[in-house]
Amino acid sequence: MFLETKNLTKRFGGNTAVNNVDFAIEQGKINAIIGPNGAGKSTFFNLISGFHPPTSGQVIFKGKDITKLPSNKIAELGVARTFQTTNLFDQATVLDNVIVGHRLRTKSNLFDAILRTKRLKQEEKQCKDKAIEVLEFVGLTDVAYKLAGSLSQEEKKRVAFALGLATDPEIIFLDEPAAGVNPDETEGLALLMQKMVKSGVTVCLIEHKMSMIMKLADKIMVLNYGEKIAEGTPEQIKNNDAVIKAYLGGSASA
Amino acid sequence: MASIFKQRNVIAILILFAIVFPFITNNNYLIHIMTLAFIWMIAVYGLNLLAGYTGYLSLAHAGFFAIGAYSLSLLTTKAELNYWLAFVLALIITSILGLLVGLISLRTKEHFFAIYTMCVGYIIYLIIDKWDSLTGGIRGLIGIPGPGNIGPITFTTPVSNYYLVLSFLLLSILVMYRIVHSLTGRTFIAIRNSEDLAQTIGINTMTNKLLVFVISTFFAGLAGALYASFIRFIGPDIGYITITFDILTYLIVGGIGTLSGPVIGTILIVWVSQQLQFLQDYRMMIFGPILTLLVIFYPRGISGGFIEWKMKRQAKKHQKQNKNQNQQMISTQESSAASNKNG
Repeated sequence: MFLETKNLTKRFGGNTAVNNVDFAIEQGKINAIIGPNGAGKSTFFNLISGFHPPTSGQVIFKGKDITKLPSNKIAELGVARTFQTTNLFDQATVLDNVIVGHRLRTKSNLFDAILRTKRLKQEEKQCKDKAIEVLEFVGLTDVAYKLAGSLSQEEKKRVAFALGLATDPEIIFLDEPAAGVNPDETEGLALLMQKMVKSGVTVCLIEHKMSMIMKLADKIMVLNYGEKIAEGTPEQIKNNDAVIKAYLGGSASA
Repeated sequence: MASIFKQRNVIAILILFAIVFPFITNNNYLIHIMTLAFIWMIAVYGLNLLAGYTGYLSLAHAGFFAIGAYSLSLLTTKAELNYWLAFVLALIITSILGLLVGLISLRTKEHFFAIYTMCVGYIIYLIIDKWDSLTGGIRGLIGIPGPGNIGPITFTTPVSNYYLVLSFLLLSILVMYRIVHSLTGRTFIAIRNSEDLAQTIGINTMTNKLLVFVISTFFAGLAGALYASFIRFIGPDIGYITITFDILTYLIVGGIGTLSGPVIGTILIVWVSQQLQFLQDYRMMIFGPILTLLVIFYPRGISGGFIEWKMKRQAKKHQKQNKNQNQQMISTQESSAASNKNG
């Protein structure tokens, strides 16, 4: 198994945000998590990426239990994630914003900085090369030297992808990557996700745009009130009674 | 590239000016004021790295300034250590105390961090003020020796002190420049932008924040130690909260999160206060409104405002260039299309 959760549960006080979720993410595929608002999707991401400790259950990545690791260690293992909104440093260029994404693969410390050692110079170049590479990958070469503050919403989403990719991940979790962008741009982002998978990075995303998910995903899990109510291919999900009920509210047996 | 050379020239001229300044004035009072301003700048740089580049506003800065000053004074007057040994020890003591305070205070964020460190600063002040047997309490410490000789060089005249402090300042600025322009500096800036994001891209935020906090206290301690041996007597008021706010004002006026801000802000305010000395405490009636306006219209200070203006101009220039290029491309395409037709 590539990455899986076992009986993952998170309670905030009396509220169970994620309840006993077993989910296996398939390597080299686009995995999607959908569900109505407040279904616990973002919490599920936060549990996997180490932002919140789960109340019970396990997260296993390539056979290793990562449940209790802090998020920076999880990132080092090759698990990247993006947020719904990415706070960029608006007064710096896009390139400058992305360079730090590769920092976790470097070792230079304060003394390298003060003495300007060879290692620092070499690692700075390594980070810059990586940033240029991922910016090209996400199609932002043209704006690399623009200020981050001047980017469009869609370009910011791409920068977020680039930052995640700069960490050299094996899997990337995308939290609503297409929220707030228009349909044409959504199409472009979908293509980018497919490109990521082709380059060997497994994708797992949360998304509300159903038409996009149904076209894009290889595997879908549906959460409702913190519980997994369905899992399968888009075809299976479309025809699943529980899913229809959760989304439309009524009985599906008409 | 041309702008870099220009910037370099400006810096070279400023350094040159600082070096020849004592010969220009020959006025010991002015030299004294400048030396003091340089000492403050070092402290401001320490706060700048923490508050400006990492986003953690510490209000315990004067406390660490005082710890540096008192450590040096006690080690030289009571323990009678060699001056430079005491100097190094004072920096180590300040940094270690900084580490301990950082370990606890960095568990808080934003205003909670500011409030917590303000309390720490006040406690440091109280300890210095009340621990009579060690610190001399409200009477303070007198008879602190000036900087010890380094080989044949002595520091007995105001001018030699001026150069000593200036070299420490230049060294501090160099170190700051290198930190900010390194991967370590980028890491700090990433934490300022968004701690959550920094952590998800694999940055150990706690370790890095602790590192900045210790560096910041180190520079506060350095400034404090220089201050003690420059003024030769110290009292608990150097650790008082007003000193923290003085340092913070220098930083905000000059430009928080910029490398030139600490120099600009400190020089400007020290100079203006000198000019307005006849007003005594009524000076604040002039400072207050100016500071308020500055924070509203130039939240990143004089230096930050200038950088923003320059960036906007560059962006405009860039856009124009792009437009021209596009037009050129279109016109060449048109001409080639035309030639194709003709052909």
